[in-house]
Formats: sequence, structure tokens, C-alpha cells
Amino acid sequence: MTSLLIIAVLVLLGIAIWQLTKIFHLTQIGSSSNTENSEVANDRDNNVNGYLMFAFVGFIYIFTIYSLVKWGNLALGTPASEHGPQYDNLMAISMWIIFIVQIITQFLLHYFSFKYRGNEKKVAFYYADNDKLEFIWTIIPVIVLAGLILYGLYAWTNIMFLDEEKDDAIYVEVYAKQFSWEVRYAGPDGMLGKANVRYIEGVNTMGIDLSDPAAQDDITTNELHLPKGKKVIFKFRSQDVLHSAYMPHFRAQMNVVPGMVTQFGFTPTMTTEEMRNDPQIIEKVANINKIRSARSAELTAKGESALDPYTFDYILLCNKICGASHYNMQMKIVVDTEADFNTWLKGLKPLSVAVKEAQQDAAAPAAPEAPAAEADTTATVAADSTMVAQLIRK
Amino acid sequence: MSAVGHEIHGDHGHHDAHEHHHKDTFITKYIFSIDHKMIAKQYLITGIIMGIIGIMMSILFRMQLAWPEESFTMFKIFLGDKFAPNGVMRNDIYLALVTIHGTIMVFFVLTAGLSGTFSNLLIPLQIGARDMASGFMNMLSYWMFFISSVIMVLSLFVEAGPASAGWTIYPPLSALPQAIPGSGAGMTLWLVSMAIFIASSLMGSLNYVVTVINLRTKGMSMTRMPLTIWAFFITAVIGILSFPVLLSAALLLLFDRSFGTSFFLSDIFIAGEVLHYQGGSPVLFEHLFWFLGHPEVYIVLLPALGITSEIIATNARKPIFGYRAMIASILAIAFLSTIVWGHHMFISGMNPFLGSVFTFTTLLIAIPSAVKAFNYITTLWRGNLQLNPAMLFSIGLVSTFITGGLTGIILGDSTLDINVHDTYFVVAHFHLVMGISALYGMFAGIYHWFPRMFGRMMNKNLGYIHFWVTAICAYGVFFPMHFIGMAGLPRRYYTNTAFPLFDDLQDVNVLITMFAIIGAAFQLVFLWNFFYSIFKGKKAPMNPWKSNTLEWTAPVEHMHGNWPGEIPEVYRWPYDYSKPGHDEDFVPQNVPMKPNEEQLHH
Repeated sequence: MTSLLIIAVLVLLGIAIWQLTKIFHLTQIGSSSNTENSEVANDRDNNVNGYLMFAFVGFIYIFTIYSLVKWGNLALGTPASEHGPQYDNLMAISMWIIFIVQIITQFLLHYFSFKYRGNEKKVAFYYADNDKLEFIWTIIPVIVLAGLILYGLYAWTNIMFLDEEKDDAIYVEVYAKQFSWEVRYAGPDGMLGKANVRYIEGVNTMGIDLSDPAAQDDITTNELHLPKGKKVIFKFRSQDVLHSAYMPHFRAQMNVVPGMVTQFGFTPTMTTEEMRNDPQIIEKVANINKIRSARSAELTAKGESALDPYTFDYILLCNKICGASHYNMQMKIVVDTEADFNTWLKGLKPLSVAVKEAQQDAAAPAAPEAPAAEADTTATVAADSTMVAQLIRK
Repeated sequence: MSAVGHEIHGDHGHHDAHEHHHKDTFITKYIFSIDHKMIAKQYLITGIIMGIIGIMMSILFRMQLAWPEESFTMFKIFLGDKFAPNGVMRNDIYLALVTIHGTIMVFFVLTAGLSGTFSNLLIPLQIGARDMASGFMNMLSYWMFFISSVIMVLSLFVEAGPASAGWTIYPPLSALPQAIPGSGAGMTLWLVSMAIFIASSLMGSLNYVVTVINLRTKGMSMTRMPLTIWAFFITAVIGILSFPVLLSAALLLLFDRSFGTSFFLSDIFIAGEVLHYQGGSPVLFEHLFWFLGHPEVYIVLLPALGITSEIIATNARKPIFGYRAMIASILAIAFLSTIVWGHHMFISGMNPFLGSVFTFTTLLIAIPSAVKAFNYITTLWRGNLQLNPAMLFSIGLVSTFITGGLTGIILGDSTLDINVHDTYFVVAHFHLVMGISALYGMFAGIYHWFPRMFGRMMNKNLGYIHFWVTAICAYGVFFPMHFIGMAGLPRRYYTNTAFPLFDDLQDVNVLITMFAIIGAAFQLVFLWNFFYSIFKGKKAPMNPWKSNTLEWTAPVEHMHGNWPGEIPEVYRWPYDYSKPGHDEDFVPQNVPMKPNEEQLHH
């Protein structure tokens, strides 16, 4: 497929260059008969370039159609959040407007360039201004944009202004660091405990203040699970540099800023399983697997290991330049039914319990750092970091 | 006011005496010159060299994107074994290339190379002045630009690599060497270079503003100025208003990096330890950066639009349509450009209410932009278009300006920005609307005023080849990027192979890279044409394009002071092309109105 594209490009360019050399020769003839070659466009140049201008609008149209047919299906497809359809609708309206304006203006621009190409016998029409015309093309954008602005602001308000009073929302903290993500759930009390990077110690990798009562039932994990049909309010924190939590399938994104808490909220509407059965996703996954198996065949021929086949999963990816491995800072998102989600969450250990266990494990073989830990008012305990990793995986 | 300026400066008796007494040495003529025409050429050639570096970098990282983590001899040659072990580009070096590419193209090529060149060349010549208000400051401005370019290029050779935090250098990434190697000495050099650059740019801008206000020749009222001058003038004003803010941001960042202040940093745990910073905000830096950063887009674009206005009118042999509306649009764009910076920060964590305000102001910019586009198209209507290379590039600019500008409707809408923010959709948008458009403006300006600068003509056939291949490749590179952006592909990713989700975008990336390589290769045609024509081009007549503006009334041979004898006086606006009642299809500004001749425009 790639080679086909390259060939297509080369052929198109070949034609372009061939045409251009033709122009070159034609202009040479023109100028030699003209006796003086002044490097200023003569009628022949105007003709050739006028026709090329006309061809160029053809190129723009054909390339646009080709792109839409060939790559139109690359777009993200069915949105998986409640505000998603509204977003997609606004996008579709904007796109229609853009395409209509683009088609008309590019045509006029290039057609006029062709139609009114210079000729020694012609004289241009002296036409300096016309208030009525200026008014028309000021007022049309004003009206169109007013519509877009109003719709946009309506949608923006719906998405961004979260109603914190609604008690059925669940709170999830997404925590970023170079180059991975962590998640904290509020637990049964529905409140996230206080946190600051200064509390980071051992198991407590997110710097949660364990002296805060609200933090006692907080649960931390490395995979983001969400219940379908429930409003999820995300609180974002970063421990080092700027990151951005981008969840493309949910039409959701928010920067993650060290030193402050940012937020975003949405309601997932499709479980991972449902999304895997979405016709567009099935098609996309099949296509990707075709590409991957072809690539695998190449790799195995070279004696390298093959690629795993791809199954669809929602992802959260980092979308703000954050360092050398920025390109691989990702986390899987799983959307479950509410019951499945609750079962999954119950299976996890609250951080306070994990910390205590780590404390005991560390205390059993004479803990060298124990005094330091006692001195720490936050009641966190230093623990062997390899132990931490294991505990979290359980 | 202009008359006064004329009298003070136009004392040609004194000037002639000056010419006779003083013999220019090589150094005063070509190096430490205070003649605006020479300084313009210095800006242009420095800008072209920086442009070559910037575009080469883009080819290197495009190759990495198309064929990720493969070994290339090109990488071995240009990046060396340290930055590309075994010819495979390192991931932080990829980010360094992206960063320096952006910095060089935005500031060094399209700000200094474009506006520096043509403001210097055209302001005195088109308003009828002997030189800039302060020739010495003009020289300083160029040499500080030169020093900042040298420092920026030197930063490429720093042991740990050049600045790699993106051209927006958001802290904390740009502040902490622990976060990325490029934030060590490389970043310090970047900041020093930019601080000098800003000083240079301010000196230039102040000079342009003062010159335009004070040194217009007799009869050159503000509403008789060519649109180029209007564009340069307003560009200089927004430069003066916004560049100092970037300077303060850069200085505060230097303080954070070197002296332990906490303007932009707070609560940071990195490399296993908590840093002492407390109370700063990275979002504050974003505000300061984009307070310049957005007007910067127009600092880049307005001169290009000014240049095209002039070239389209001249080559269409028609007055520019809606001269006053064009000026009003420039003013409106300039004003709005200073109150829209927040649209880069919709999802930065700032108050969503501000997002609403910035959406409103941002979409307003579409109105003057639309007016400009329609006016260009109407100028072509029923013209007698002389399709010189400069004209082709000007038409190309209108085309990319429309294509790129339209997607601004999506990105300027806070709601829609949520899901395309920082994806390739953004890359496609700004490259078309400001990168390619401004570059076309620069090429148009070079082809058009080359005879004025070097007294020779550029080869038109090479110009045609240059334009058509560039036009196809520019769309070939940036049009497909919209689609991979809509697929959710983030920008500044070293490779997309970490996400199977993006596997189906790989062939698009290959296609983009192919277009980029071909497009870049054909710039050699331009370079050859440019440098060859400086020495061997056909000798230019005084007014090759039969243009109305004053620069074409000055002799081909350069002289300090621009005109021998009196400065020409201006009697009419610059767009009397194909005016009924005249024998020729152009009437230069210094031709007095005939008895009973009517002014046909408003």
C-alpha cells in the first residue's frame, strides 16, 4: 500500500515536472521570437501559468476527494461519552461550512487567475472599491460565526462547568509523572484525600496525605476503570512537568499541571466490549491487524519477534511534550458496566492498608529507616521500592 | 508632519557633499553598513541561511516519522554518532530538532528574514525617505540579530543537546535539566539567543515606526501609503507591544533556572527528590508566552499579506480592491491579535469562563481575514494578470491562507479544540496559515524586489518550476496532516509505534515525508536561481514590473540616500493601474494629477 502511494506521488510529480519542462521549452520559443528575454512574464507565460492555475484548482479538488475517500475513515468514529455526539455534531457543522467556503473561494481564486490571465491587448478594469460588496462579505461571516460561537459556547459550558453538587458523580484522580500514569479512586466516602508531592514515600507514590481522614479509603492503581453511565469527575495532578491527559475516544482532554489541580468530567456511554463491537471499530481493527500481520511477516523473516495482534482498548495518552519518552506515556482505560466496575474496585486494596502492610514487611527484618519514618508527621513509612511495585500489582 | 520630515531629511545639498567626501571601504559598505538597502540584504541572506538549517531539520525528523527508528546515513552525517547512535535518531534529539526547527522558522526566518528584509528595504524607498530614522540603530539591530543567530546555531553543538522542550519552551520541562538533557546548557543558550533577538527586533521595530511616522515625503499622506508600508508599520507596533512580554518571560525563566526563584515552578518531585520550588505556576508562563506568541503569528503574516497586496495589484494591473477596507482589516487583525492568546490554552487548566471569552475574540478574527481574502479575489477579477513568479506566489499565499485559515474556525472554538488540541490537526493548520503562507509571501517579495535589491533579474522559468513544485508539495505535506490529526495522533511523538491504534496512519506519514523531501529538494532550484542571479542575472531595467510605487523611481545602481537630487514628491495613491484617461496602464505616485483628472477611488 505504501509503495503504491509512493508510486502515485512519483507519477504525479513526474507529470508535473514533464509539464513544467514543456512550459520551459514553450517560453524559450516565445522569448526567442520576442528577441529580448526580459525575465518578465510575456503572453505565453501568462497562458501557460493561467492554465496551470486552472489545473491547480483541479488538483486541490481531486486531492481533497482522494483524502476524504482514502483517509476519511481514519477519524475517531463513534464517541464514547455523553457529550461526544454534541461535540461531533458541532465538528460536522464546522466542517461543512469549511468545505463549502473552501470549494467556492479556491475555485474563484484560481478560476480568475486563469480567466483573466494577462494579454498584451487587454486592459484591466479599473475597479477600486464597492461599499456594498465589502458590507456583504463582512456581514456573512459575522452571521455564520455568530451561529458557530453561540453553539460552541453552549457546548463548552455544558462540558466544562461541572455541577459538583450532583452526588451521583464519582471522583477519580489521574496522576502524571514522566512517563506513566497512576489513578486514585475516592473510595466509599466519595472524597479524595489531600495530597502533595512532599508526602511521596515508598508505596505512597502519589504523595497522599494519610493523616487526612478522607484519604483513608482512597484506592490507587495503574489502570483506569470507569463505570458506564455514571458521571466521572477527573482531578488531574502532575508530580514533575506539564502533561496532558488525552482520551480521544471520549472527546476529552485536560492539561496536567504541577502545582495545581485541573479537572474535567464526562459520562462514559459505551463499555469497552460494546465499543469493540462497533462496526467502525471492527473495520478499523481488522485493517490495523492486516497491517500488523504484514509487518510481522517482515519482522519474522528478519529473525525478530512478531507483533501482537491488536484488540481495541480505550487509551489515555500524554499530549503535552514532557520529555524523551513522551511518545510512550499511555494508560489503558476500561469501561465496564457499573456492577462490574464496583466488583473490580472492591478487589483493590486501599492505599492506607497497602502502606501498613509495607510497614509491617519492612519492620519484620530490622528496618533501618524506621526512626526517620516515625519522625515524619505524615505517618507514612519508607519501604523498599521493589516491594511497592509488587504490592501494587496485587 | 510628513512635509517637515521631508525638509529635515531631504537636504540633498548636504547629502551630496557627504557622498563626495566619504569613500566607503569594504567594511563600511558590506559589513557594518548603515544603509538600509544593504542591511535588508544582510537580513535576507542570514534569513535564507537559517531557513536552510530549519528546513533541513524538518526533513530529518520527517524521515524519523516515516521510517521510525531506522538507521540512515543522513543521520550519521548530520547528527553524528552521539545524537544518532548507529544512524538511529535518539528520542530526545528528535524533540530537539522539532524545537529548533520551530524556533528558527518562526523567529529567525519568518520574523527577521521576512519582516527584517522587506521593512528595511521598502519603508524608506516606498515612503520616499533617504534612509531609516536611525541608520546606526538599524545596523545594531541587524548585528544583534546576527549574534543571536550564531548563538542559536552554536547551541546545536552543546554536549547534552540543544533546547528540546518545544519552541514554546513550557516550564517545568524547559527549566529542569533532570527532565530532559536539552534543558541544560542548550536551553540557557536558547534563552540568551532569544533575549538578544528580542532586543534586535525591538530596535528594528522602533525604527520602522518612527520612520513611517516622520519621514514620509511630501504628499505621502497615511492614506497614500502602499499597503506594504501599512502592514510593516502595524507589524512593528504589535512587535513593540508584545515582544517585551516574551523578554520578561524569558528572564523570569532564566531566574528560575539559575537563581532558584519560583515564578513558574511549584511542587515538583523529580529524579527521586522533592525540589524546593513553591508557589509558581507554569500556566503563568503560558500566558506570558502566548501574549507574544499569538501576535507573533501576525508579526509573521501581516508583512506577507502586505507584500502580496502590492504584488497582486501591480501584476493584476488593477487597483487593490478596497484599499481602506484592507487597512481597516490590518488594524482589526492587529488589535484582535493581542486579545486572543488564550485560545492556545483552552485546556491548560485556566478558568473555563476565560475559554468562552477567548473563543469569542478568536472567531472575530475570521471577519477581517475573510474581508482580506475576498478583496484579493476581487482584485483578480477582470484584471490583466501578469503571471510572474512573484504573482504566482502571491496567489498561492491567498490559497494557503484560505485553506489554513478555515481550520482556525475549528481550533479557535474552545469546544472543538478539546479533541484536536496538540494533534497533527494543529500542525497542519498553523503550517498552512502562517508557515507556508508567510514563506510564499517571502518568496513573492524576493522575486518581485530582487531587481531593486541586486539590480538584476531572477530567471523566471526557474521561478515557475520552483513555484509549481512547491505549491503541490506544500498541500501534499500539510493537507493529509488534518486527517491523522482527526484520528487523534498527537504532535511531538518520536514514533507512533507505541500505539497499535495509530498503525493505520503510517502510510500517510510516509506520503507526507515523500512530499516534504521533494518539496525541500526543489528549494535548491530557488537557491541556485537566487545566488546565480545576484552575479550573473540579466541586468534589470529601472521599473521592470511597471509599478507605481516610489522605489522604482530610484536608480538601479545603489547609492546612499536612494535618490540623486530631490526626493520625489507624491501626488496620488499607489494603485492607479489601468486608470482610464492615461496612455500607460500605470501611473506612478510621483506623476502629478492631470488637470481635471478625477480621483476614482474612495
